[in-house]
Amino acid sequence: MLKAKTKSRLEVIAIYAVFAVMFVIIAYPLLWAVGMSLNPGRSLFSASMIPENWSLEHYKWLFFDDPRGRYVTWYKNSLIVASFTSLFSVLVATLTAYAFSRYHFVGRKNGIFILLVLQMFPILMAMVALYLLLSLVNLLNTLTGLIIIYVGASVPMMTFLVKGYFDTIPKELDEAAKIDGAGHMRIFVQIMLPLAKPILAVVALFQFMTPFMDFLLPRIVLRSEEKFTLALGLFNFVSNEFDNNFTRFAAGAILVAIPIALVFLFLQRYLISGLTAGGTKG
Amino acid sequence: MEQKQQDGAVEKAGDDHRFSNHNPKLALLLSIIPGLGQCYNRRFMKGTVFFLFTAAFIITFADFIDMGLWGIFTLGTQPGRDHSLVLIIQGLVTFILLAFGLLIYGINLRDAYKDAEKLKAGFGIPTLKEAFHNTYDKTFPYFLVGPGLILVIFAVILPLGFMLSLAFVNYHLRNSPPSNLLEWVGFDNFIALATTPMWQSTFISVFSWTVVWTVVATTLQIALGLFLAILVNDKRVKYKRTIRTMLILPWAVPGFVSILIFAAMFNDGFGAINRQIIEPLFNVSIPWMTDVMWTRVAIISIQVWLGFPFVFALFTGVLQSISDDWYEAATVDGANRWQKFKAITFPHVMYATAPLMIMQYTHNFNNFNIIYLFNEGGPAIRGQNAGGTDILISWVYSLTFSQQNYSIAAAISMIIGLIVAVFAFFQFRRTRTFKEEGKVY
Repeated sequence: MLKAKTKSRLEVIAIYAVFAVMFVIIAYPLLWAVGMSLNPGRSLFSASMIPENWSLEHYKWLFFDDPRGRYVTWYKNSLIVASFTSLFSVLVATLTAYAFSRYHFVGRKNGIFILLVLQMFPILMAMVALYLLLSLVNLLNTLTGLIIIYVGASVPMMTFLVKGYFDTIPKELDEAAKIDGAGHMRIFVQIMLPLAKPILAVVALFQFMTPFMDFLLPRIVLRSEEKFTLALGLFNFVSNEFDNNFTRFAAGAILVAIPIALVFLFLQRYLISGLTAGGTKG
Repeated sequence: MEQKQQDGAVEKAGDDHRFSNHNPKLALLLSIIPGLGQCYNRRFMKGTVFFLFTAAFIITFADFIDMGLWGIFTLGTQPGRDHSLVLIIQGLVTFILLAFGLLIYGINLRDAYKDAEKLKAGFGIPTLKEAFHNTYDKTFPYFLVGPGLILVIFAVILPLGFMLSLAFVNYHLRNSPPSNLLEWVGFDNFIALATTPMWQSTFISVFSWTVVWTVVATTLQIALGLFLAILVNDKRVKYKRTIRTMLILPWAVPGFVSILIFAAMFNDGFGAINRQIIEPLFNVSIPWMTDVMWTRVAIISIQVWLGFPFVFALFTGVLQSISDDWYEAATVDGANRWQKFKAITFPHVMYATAPLMIMQYTHNFNNFNIIYLFNEGGPAIRGQNAGGTDILISWVYSLTFSQQNYSIAAAISMIIGLIVAVFAFFQFRRTRTFKEEGKVY
């Protein structure tokens, strides 16, 4: 009996040891970046993880001292792209999903099939084509071009997410409204939309966060520095002169990562349920 | 429903009503000119709309369609004047327009036939107001789908179609429009990939690394996620919430930020990994960025760091839903821990999450970000035009944007597409949405 107890205790200690190791592995790079951002100098070589005389000079530089104010511009661009992408994605996906969930029309089955096939293929497979296509219609290097592709690419996947949710709302509700004389639009706006709020929030959040995190598409579409989004701008910050700009990059990156991580941790429950519900991309 | 009741009221018994000799086949034939059949059915308003629509379509798009078809088949005849790329895109748009036109035409034929049949059967002619109402009812879902459809056509289907076309033309740096004309070259690009020694060796090495990368990195991240989920799920563990939040942290931080931080940490000269860990402990420094083998090790480790939290979060949810009864029954039967894992935990977890796990593999197969942001696919390898850690998708990127070998890039994209389609097929069979449709593919 005593032996079993000791064994169990040892096991628990081993489990906690595993967590401790994982915590170190997870926290080390993140804390290291925070440490770097607080180093006064710009050289990575002389920087240390726990700076002796820490300062916020890099943060200040990003907002006030950079003569071209690039960081602020990138933040603004990201916010613009994120807001519009989020808004239009919700709008388009909801309309499409409503039709697929509630109406039986010619082409419905084929439509669902096509969307299902399309959502499997990452749009970036067609990056050669996207680049040439956008340059031919003069949307290269514009935020509009970026937004259109984000919204378009999200339609298949987000439609499924919302459709899945609509399917769980009992049909009797809108049928009752129909009998009471409510029109198509009225049923949609006054009955379905309020009930579907949670999934609309998930879609909006997904689509809002994508432009902040995505790198490849902005890289293909945006060409000049004043059009960059944060991911692209910060990458260009370090890609040319790694050693000289890393402390500044770290400061900029932390200011992106903290809000996103906070939102994420608070809403993770919904995000996970959203991801699993539609069986969508991970 | 509504419509039937309204029409039913007008219905007469027997065959002796006004339109008993009405001929649906004639209506169908007349509709070869859209609108005529409808007029024969006494639906003059509808007929006019169909006719005007057709006329407008032909007048507006005739030239465009003619030009588009000519363009996509010839790809232009005069260098400088004809831009082959524009012609391909116009050709693709033409196909979309034609498909749309044919669809409307088909609807017109069907409509004429159906209306004629109804008329013959004795249904009355609906009033204008009723007709409008019916049309609105029937077409409402199409208005809903419209914006999404247009976006998908122009932002997804058109680019994919364009990419497919590019794989079959000879478009590269030395042969590019508008100063040169492109030509359809059939499968030449694929043949070049398979037979030209330089392409062949590069393709084989990139492809095999892509497979190794996908399998190893994804399997490791799933294994680690599962392992940690099981540990956290253990009854004896306290502070579960805090532990979970901590373990999910790498997923919450934007990927590009983490990868760039790692890129700095793994830097050969000044990186923290070498300076703070490897050198003090082993007194050597590892060439993380310049030796292919070590770069691959680094990239796989980073991906496991980035990828395990998602799997962990998923599995945690599933594990909580497995009833304790299963394990108790197994304990009674004298099963040991490994047997319980093999017979209960693992099947449960995998059954619930199989499509998402397949997606993890697909995701890593196309995981451009980590490859490019860490080292831009490097280090360079002698005798091939892809870096040592380039996977197919990042190779496509560098072929497109630094070597401007568009056609080969498109051909490789197509191969990627085919492989993704195989993944997708397996995923399909497990996707709920399709089972709801009553069929299992």
